[in-house]
Amino acid sequence: MIKDINQDARALDTICVNESQLEHKWWHNLKYLVVGVLFGIVFVKAEIISWFRIQEMFRLESFHMYGVIGSAVMVGLISVFLIKKFDVKTIYGEKIVFHPKEFNKGNIYGGLIFGLGWAITGACPGPLFAQIGSGATVIIVTLLSAIAGTWTYGYFRDKLPH
Amino acid sequence: MLETIRQPWPWYIAGPLIGLTVPILLIIGNKAFGISSSLRHICAACIPANLPFFKYEWKKEIWNLFFVAGIFLGGFLGVQLFSNPLPMDIAPSLATYLGQFGITDYMGLVPSELFNWSALFTLKGFFMIVVGGFLVGFGTRYAGGCTSGHAIMGLSTLQWPSLVATCCFMAGGFLMTHLLLPYILKF
Repeated sequence: MIKDINQDARALDTICVNESQLEHKWWHNLKYLVVGVLFGIVFVKAEIISWFRIQEMFRLESFHMYGVIGSAVMVGLISVFLIKKFDVKTIYGEKIVFHPKEFNKGNIYGGLIFGLGWAITGACPGPLFAQIGSGATVIIVTLLSAIAGTWTYGYFRDKLPH
Repeated sequence: MLETIRQPWPWYIAGPLIGLTVPILLIIGNKAFGISSSLRHICAACIPANLPFFKYEWKKEIWNLFFVAGIFLGGFLGVQLFSNPLPMDIAPSLATYLGQFGITDYMGLVPSELFNWSALFTLKGFFMIVVGGFLVGFGTRYAGGCTSGHAIMGLSTLQWPSLVATCCFMAGGFLMTHLLLPYILKF
């Protein structure tokens, strides 16, 4: 099976297959930094990056995290529906495109493995960055270890069931 | 006003704000919301090691690294500007449970009794900090996304593989919390 590596690698990922065709100067990326900052502040203020809140979620002791994820999905669903219905364009006038994810067994095995790690660290990848920013410097090691985990997946990818 | 911001924000404020990230990223640049990919781009940029999985034009995805740098800064600013001076208000049953393992300090978002530099060199700390992180990085990439890419972006666009992945995230989390973590915390 010979496929364009770039295409193949992207198909298994959340990275933007629908990346902009326009060439932008690097400082256009600063807008993502700003969105990230606002996002990080919400993470801290709603205690989403808290290990305790994640424990409460998995121990069914609090509705908080279910409310956060549930209402985020609701807002996301409605937004995507509106974007499709009114054919909303990007600020550069491009059409917004959605690419379907293809199912593979990694969604199950990888999902379970990530779940195990999530309950230990109390953080998914996004919160790891915010936890370090919030002053928990030892989480740098967790982040480096997560990068090592991603690398290890890349190394053994061909041998893993998909 | 500042007093209100300093309080922990309720889910019905935070959840919709997080959900808005989906249309914002789409509208400002046709980007699909996802965070775990940043770990892959870091590998591709720093340690590709000639592996096909890391041979792609990561520079095209550099927006994602700006985004996570922003999350890091947001974490910093959130604590510096509007930090909550009180300990976290945690469920009494969680307090009782953690008390058995000597965890009684709820001051920070990250429990300092578990996650600190000297703990790193104990068996428990190594497991919590290093092994936990490894599982997060390996698992999210194997699953093709994390809570943001699958649970939020994937479900928002009605992708059934994302629903499967999200259910598995939760299943793995319940398994760890109820079956394994009590043994790890005992160390």
